[in-house]
Amino acid sequence: MTDTHKAIAPRPTALELFDGPVTDANLRRYLEGIPGIDAVGLEQRAAGLGTRSIKTTSKKRALDTIIGLIDLTTLEGADTPGKVRSLVAKAVTPDASDPSTPRVAAVCVYGDMVPYAVEALGVHHAKGTDSGIQVAAVATAFPSGRASLAIKLSDTADAVDAGADEIDMVIDRGAFLSGRYGQVFDEIVAVKEACRRPDGSYAHLKVILETGELNTYDNIRRASWLAILAGGDFIKTSTGKVAPAATLPVTLLMLEVVRDWHRLTGEKIGVKPAGGIRTSKDAIKYLVTVAETVGEEWLQPHLFRFGASSLLNDVLLQRQKMTTGHYSGADYVTID
Amino acid sequence: MSRLAVPKTYKLYIGGKFPRSESGRTYEVVTKKGAFLANAAKASRKDARDAVVAARSAVSGWANATAYNRGQVLYRIAELLEGRRAQFIDEIVQSEAVSTAAATRQVDEAIDRWVWYAGWADKFVQVTGNANPVSGPYFNLSVPEPTGVVAIVAPQDSSLLGFVSVVAPALVAGNTVVVLASERLPLSAITLSEVLATSDVPGGVVNILTGSAAEVAPWLASHADVNALDLTGAGALDWVDLEIAAAETLKRVLRPEGGTDAAAPSLDRITALTETKTVWHTKSLI
Repeated sequence: MTDTHKAIAPRPTALELFDGPVTDANLRRYLEGIPGIDAVGLEQRAAGLGTRSIKTTSKKRALDTIIGLIDLTTLEGADTPGKVRSLVAKAVTPDASDPSTPRVAAVCVYGDMVPYAVEALGVHHAKGTDSGIQVAAVATAFPSGRASLAIKLSDTADAVDAGADEIDMVIDRGAFLSGRYGQVFDEIVAVKEACRRPDGSYAHLKVILETGELNTYDNIRRASWLAILAGGDFIKTSTGKVAPAATLPVTLLMLEVVRDWHRLTGEKIGVKPAGGIRTSKDAIKYLVTVAETVGEEWLQPHLFRFGASSLLNDVLLQRQKMTTGHYSGADYVTID
Repeated sequence: MSRLAVPKTYKLYIGGKFPRSESGRTYEVVTKKGAFLANAAKASRKDARDAVVAARSAVSGWANATAYNRGQVLYRIAELLEGRRAQFIDEIVQSEAVSTAAATRQVDEAIDRWVWYAGWADKFVQVTGNANPVSGPYFNLSVPEPTGVVAIVAPQDSSLLGFVSVVAPALVAGNTVVVLASERLPLSAITLSEVLATSDVPGGVVNILTGSAAEVAPWLASHADVNALDLTGAGALDWVDLEIAAAETLKRVLRPEGGTDAAAPSLDRITALTETKTVWHTKSLI
């Protein structure tokens, strides 16, 4: 889009926020007007939140909460329908030795694997409701996002048609870093429109910022605002394909944006750290950060998710330790 | 002018690194008459847990190294032990209150025993494996394979020799070990960990915990990710309970041994910590 702009249909509250149409110039003025980040303060705050000691019954509750917030993910070039079916089996029954284990929030797969995931889930599929397991699909030329808009949109529409409840899109980091905020904005709005189902409802849209490629905390905060303004239901840290992936300071920063947006408009935006969270200990730090930043209300699957694959096994091992009283081992959970 | 003594505070040896105990605890190592020798870390159950994680991740590398390579690595340790003779002898004299001659004998025997076990690395499979006769045109081969992570309670009344006698045979086959050193006589084990850290043994293959065996051993016995339990030095503990806890996850258990010939060198100590795998293969593709 050029400075001569065309106004499309972003989040209505965003339009109220802007005096006039959402143009490249307006966006730049707004986003670059956001005050800078105190990086040292942010990292200290995140480190401080990471030192809380969560033990015994609190830990047990935390572990169950974590499982209920996991987007169980497989995003490999080598994914097969069989792999997706076994992922779904694990999502439905995470620990066969303990039926009281909660189910995960969603399975996250590539778009072409959505039909297999939907079929394998069967009655456990949420199908647009809040109960059951959601199917999330990555779209828009994940993970690089380097494709034409037409391809990104059809990628998204395909996944939604196949039954995906949630779409994880990547933003065009190249456009963002070169200052073409309007282009990024328009793409998010267009993808949101592509998430529309025939009955008029929308698949949930998670916007992946790929914070590892945005270089600075200031950029991450701007990208978070941009994604929310354009209509993202969730902001997600990373694809998991770039290091560093999710870190605690970055997630804290994004949660602060969500908190500010909530104060400003009353709308609740979700946050999904993804990639690099492998241990229960790490995940518990995230729970503390969420509760302390936006409130415990956010510790629900429609407002917070972990994008992870190996995390689930570690949580199950910890859970088994708490139930049986002795340390468990990798032989007692399924192989990913 | 007299010099101030530099009292040492030793740490644990886990995953090739020297961490303090997670619990922050230490205890005093003293001579037989009660004089201070050094501070040693007092391991907790979480240190044991970390050690098992380190040992588990080291299994594939160590077990899949060629037998020849494992033998070379073990020989190299013997060479390094030889270079530290004076330190070992000194520590044994101080902590066991024995003569220099007796300490020297112990060190010599420990090094010789290490060499003896190192030699078995590329030989024990030939001796304990077998080509089984079967009624068909097939090779039927039984080969011993390492069982995995072995938790060891080292003999409590011997500084170096006891320690070497239980650790070396477990390593030969390709197992990785978590070993609880003698609580009263840990200095040789600690010095050995410094030897291991500068040798070619990959980090995590040997993990050494100091402290109370009575406190930590039950956690290792019940740990589901430990494959075998060597209770050679657990005679003074409730070792029957440990054996029962180990049975829960079908661990291989070696029972306590006492006396002067405890853990005497034998091929059985190597094979006790192996599993026999039998494979069939056609004799010809023609």
